[in-house]
This record gives sequence, C-alpha cells and structure tokens, in this order.
Amino acid sequence: MSTLHATGHLVDEQTQGVPTFEANGGDWSQIAEEAARLGEERIVVNMGPQHPSTHGVLRLMLEIDGETVTEARAGIGYLHTGIEKNMEFRTWTQGVTFCTRMDYVAPLFQEAAFCLGVEKLLGVTDDIPERASVIRVLMMELNRITSHLVCIATGGNELGATTIMTVGFTAREEILKIFELISGLRMNHAYIRPGGVAQDVPPGTVAETRKALELVKGYMRQLEDIMLANPILHLRLKDVGYLGLAGCMALGITGPMLRCTGLPYDVRKAFPYSGYETYEFDVPTATSGDSWGRLVVRLEEIYQSIRIVEQALDRLDANPGPVMVADKKIAWPAQLAIGTDGMGNSLDHIREIMGTSMEALIHHFKLVTEGFRVPAGQVWQTVEHPRGELGVHLVSDGGTRPYRAHFRDPSFNNLQATSILCEGGQVADVVVSVASIDPVLGGVDR
Amino acid sequence: MSDDAKKDDVGTPHAPVENPKDATRDEPATAVGTPVQADAAQAAKPGAGATPEAAAAQSTSAAALEAGGQNVPAQPARTPLEVVDVRHGMFGAHGSGDTSGYGGLVVPVVMPGPSERPYGGWFDEVVDVLTELLDASGTGFANAIESVVVDRDELTLHVAREHVVEVAQALRDDPDLRFELGLGVSGAHYPHEQGRELHAVYHVTSVTHGRRLRFEVAVSDDDPHIPSTTGVYPGHDWHERETFDFFGIVFDGHPGLARIEMPDDWPGHPQRKDYPLGGIPVEYKGATIPPADQRRSYS
Repeated sequence: MSTLHATGHLVDEQTQGVPTFEANGGDWSQIAEEAARLGEERIVVNMGPQHPSTHGVLRLMLEIDGETVTEARAGIGYLHTGIEKNMEFRTWTQGVTFCTRMDYVAPLFQEAAFCLGVEKLLGVTDDIPERASVIRVLMMELNRITSHLVCIATGGNELGATTIMTVGFTAREEILKIFELISGLRMNHAYIRPGGVAQDVPPGTVAETRKALELVKGYMRQLEDIMLANPILHLRLKDVGYLGLAGCMALGITGPMLRCTGLPYDVRKAFPYSGYETYEFDVPTATSGDSWGRLVVRLEEIYQSIRIVEQALDRLDANPGPVMVADKKIAWPAQLAIGTDGMGNSLDHIREIMGTSMEALIHHFKLVTEGFRVPAGQVWQTVEHPRGELGVHLVSDGGTRPYRAHFRDPSFNNLQATSILCEGGQVADVVVSVASIDPVLGGVDR
Repeated sequence: MSDDAKKDDVGTPHAPVENPKDATRDEPATAVGTPVQADAAQAAKPGAGATPEAAAAQSTSAAALEAGGQNVPAQPARTPLEVVDVRHGMFGAHGSGDTSGYGGLVVPVVMPGPSERPYGGWFDEVVDVLTELLDASGTGFANAIESVVVDRDELTLHVAREHVVEVAQALRDDPDLRFELGLGVSGAHYPHEQGRELHAVYHVTSVTHGRRLRFEVAVSDDDPHIPSTTGVYPGHDWHERETFDFFGIVFDGHPGLARIEMPDDWPGHPQRKDYPLGGIPVEYKGATIPPADQRRSYS
C-alpha cells in the first residue's frame, strides 16, 4: 500500500528568507527588540524539543503577538520507542518489563493496568490473592504520591521556586526508598506480575513505610506552608490555563484536570479494581478549573493516598497469605531469595528442580521460556493513573505473547489541551499551563 | 474426543492447544463451521459464564424479550466465527523431522463470535435503545451494527464503517446511553481476516450511568478509510492520528491527519503485523542471540 501523508514536512528551501532567532537563556529582550526593529507582525516561537521546562522531550510551537500567545501547538514523538510493538514479541510476563518504562514517573500504574488486563483475559481476576491486591494498592498509592510530588516540585521549579522543588524531591526520595526496599528498584520495577506480584514484601516493610509516611507528611506541611498562602504563586497560577468541565469532557480529559472542574470522576470509585471499593477515601475536587485548582487537587490527593496506604498497611499486618495466584500454570515457579551471589531463585526451588524433580524442571523451563497461553479475545482495563484514566487494550490470539497491547496514556490525551490552555494567555503562562497538565513524555510517546 | 472434554481443555487459560488426534487437523481452513470448532471457540470465552454460550444470529428485540431470563437453548444455531489465523505445529519447530506428533497440529485462532440475547445486565438495555434510535433514523440497526459480542463481561459492537459517526453520536447524546467520555481509538491488524484486515477499536465510558463499551470498525487493507469521529469526540483527534500513523487507517474528515509519533516522512506503518520489529543480533561471550522478532515463536 502506498504511504499516505496528510502534511509534508518543512524543507529548508521553504524557510529561506525568513528571519530566525535562537534563544538560549536570558537574551529574550534582545530578541524582542530585534523583532520589533524588523517590524514582523507574526512571530513563531519554537520551544524545545527538550526545553528544561517541559517534562521530557516536548516541542511547543507558539505563534505570538507581543507577549500574547495567539496559537499554540504541541509536537510529540521524540521519545517514541515502540514499546507496544516490542511487547508483541515477548511473553505476557515479559510485557510488564516493557510497559513499566512508558510513564516512568508512575511505572506501577502501567504494570497494574497491564496485569489486570491479562488476568481478565485469563479469567483469573477473582483468584488473585488478597495480599497481592493489597500490595498492588499499596504500591500504586505510594506511586501516586511520588508522581504528584514530582508534578508539584517541577511545576514550582519552572516558576523559579527552587525550594518547592527541593522539598518535593526530598519527600519523594523517602518513598523511593520504600520502593527499593520492596522491589529492589527505584523506577521501572516490573514488580507487579500477571497473577500477583513478583515477591512478597520483605520483613520490616510495614514499619519502614509508616516511618516514611510520617516524614512525607512533614514535607507536605512544609510545601503547603510555602505554597498555599504565597501571593506570587496565587498570581501565577490562578485563572491561568483554564479549562472547564465541557472542555474536559469533549477532549476526553480525566484525572486532576477533570476533577478540578468539579466532577468527581475517579476510576477507583466508578469502576473499582484491586479491591478499591473496600478502602475508605474521598475524591477531592475543586471548581476553579485553572492551574491553581489542579495544584490544590493534587495536594489533597496526596493526603487521600496516604489514607489508603495506611489502610493497606493494616491489611498487610492482618493478612499473611500468598502473593501469587495458586494456578501453577500461570504463577512464576519460584519466589526470589537472596543468595551469596545476589538475588535469584530461591535455593530450595533450585534444589528441587535440579535434584529431585525432572517434571518441576521441565515446568519451570517451559513457563519461563515459552510462557503461558492466554485464550483469544480482547479486553479493556483502566486504572486511575495520577494523570487520569490509563486504559489498556489487550488482544490475544491464544498464544503466549500479546497479539496487540495498546496503552491509552492519560498524558497523551491530556496534552491535546495545550492549545486551549495557552492560546490567549501570555508566553510566561505557557510554562504554567503545560506544567499543570503534568505530562510525562515517556508515557505520551511510548 | 467428546465435545465436552474439549470444552474443558480449551476453556482453561493454560490448556494445551489441541489434541493432536483432533479431527480439525484434516481440514484447516474450511472447517470453521463444524460443530467441534464452534464449540472450541465458545469455550475459549472465560467470561461467558453469565451469558448464553450459544452464538446465534442477531435476534430481534421482541424475540429477545421473549427469551429473556431463559437458559441456553438446547441446540443453538451456529454462526460464523471470526477466524483471525490458523496455527500449524507447536514449539516453533517447522520442516524438521518431527516425531512428537505435535508438528501436524492445526489450530484455528478464533475470536469470540457474536452473542445471543439476553446479553446480561445493562447490555440488553443499551442495545435496545440503540436499536430504537437507529431504526427511527432510517439507518436500521441491522445495517449499522454487524454483530454484538459479549465476552469477559465486556460489550463490543461491530459497526459498519459508513454508520460509525451516527452510532457514536447516538451513544454520546441519548440520555439513556450518554457515553460522553471518548477514551480514544486503538487499532489492530489481522492480516488473515480477508477483507477486514484493519480494525479501529473505540472505547467509550458513560460517567452518568457508570458503564463502558467498545465499538469496533473493520476495513480492508485496500480501502482503509473510516469516517472520523472527532466531530463527536473531539478528544479522538490525536488518537486517530496515532492509529493512522501506526496502522495506516485513514480517518476521513479528520482536521489534520498527520503522523504523530513517527517522523512525517517515515515510510510504512509500524504496528502492522507485516512490519518487522527491527533490531540487531546481540552477541555475548561468543554466542549470538537473534533480534526478538526472529526468535523461536512457540506457535
């Protein structure tokens, strides 16, 4: 089939004779003077790719009239790595390792959504052990806190408020230590697996997490002290980047951006998964629909996540059960253990498969190399991602690998609001508006 | 092997693909309609517990109401199943002296077929309302909706492409449907489904009623045109661009259908099945590991 293009790309010949300027730091006034001298009425500003104020490799194309943005366009695709295509060539279990790298600020949500989807395809959703679901909820909510902290911290940094950034990242660090304790990694965990989680939480996790939560609450108070009554922050965020309820619904925007217009739509409440219906928490909303509302909603969501984490910790204490589905044809054959040469399959398991049971060895080999088969069909599974509704569309052809894995990333969808948030505002507000969308380009481009 | 035993085999997720003694091996492509295979396909639907397992032709709503609440009919009519592929052999071994017997295995890959009423839960209500709306507009339900599939507690409407915008509009605007949140367009490429190779898959959510469903449009590779739904769900803008970029489905009426993830001058559409993954062999301590798409595939 012939390749179809709706628009051709710009070639150098077309740009000849057009005056261009390059801005690197504080020479904006010179450029403005030069542009005024040339008398050009229409100025197109290319921001990025890879502007420090953008959350990844995002390109913004702004048409400005003086200080006013008359047109804003977002260009994406610079971080496209073909994760969805790659997943079609690996087993269902290996897919977790790929999708965790999409939105790297909130990796556990991709893992959870993917695994819930696979379990739905397998028809084992109800067989997932209680403890595995509790650990998933614990990890996701901790991850939501870190993700919102990154959003608030980098958002502050982009306004020049370095203290907001240092406090936010310090608080996040406390939770990353918990992630490292539980999964061994600070990011890209591949910890949630189809059927449960990779391994049980190590001893002392509950106490350590409680300690970390107290520290995070302290940092949160600091953040609120420097942010909520700060007149500069009020001036920069209020009424900036407004998008009302109708606009959000039309553009399919979910998450804090939708909730700050007053609609309490949260997938955890609307279509519960992993037992969220059994936790007590509120869905915070605001009514302003601007960047300030989004900030307030995110701050409040951190407290709600802390509430959920505390309930999950209580359940971990009460429920020592298994963390992997009982079906040995799906469950990973071995639990991990720390040996003299680092972490690997538990020595008991190795002793069994190498010494006593040929069948166990064959089973281990088959499951690890070939993987399990998933009945043909398709599913749609969504979870409440820190940035909105993350949807996973999985198609199986009955084989050991996904036939198609598509991730509806909330940042990808929400970035469509760039134009409507920025147009008519000032150039300086573009940074605030884009920061309030909280896009992570790893997820946008996949 | 009896039908029942076979059902159990395929119904469990980890089932061995098929018994080598199966009669299906003799007639791979044409045997789709045989009772044995139809059963296999139905049994492959784990979510079918609450819904009738039979796959009958689309009944009218009056007949459905009559049949509502009844159990599965004793001898349901068979309908054509969606065969997306036919798989030969096992363990990825081809052309070798296979003594295991698995080399002769022939397994049709079938997607869950059309469902029969009652679909269960609110699915019937939604389909009823949609029937009413489409019949009233003159389009006709049977013309617009090719089939209704209920699988794993999810409702899928297969929509004829010329009516996709009308169906989307009805789903969004009718107060009893109100699927106001369009969550994007995904794609899938089934090269073996002759004349219906490219699928665009739309997922919509009703915040009002707490429901969600999927509608799917299939087009052929030779004529990959689907009317754009951006007029109904403006948020589908980038999603349709992505599906165009990755699958080459052209959404007619889209405001600016340009590539979005790949560079503008990229040849081909990477998510199609005939597009290679790429990659280079990796060498480690003298051993060479081929790229992922050239490794053994465990067919």
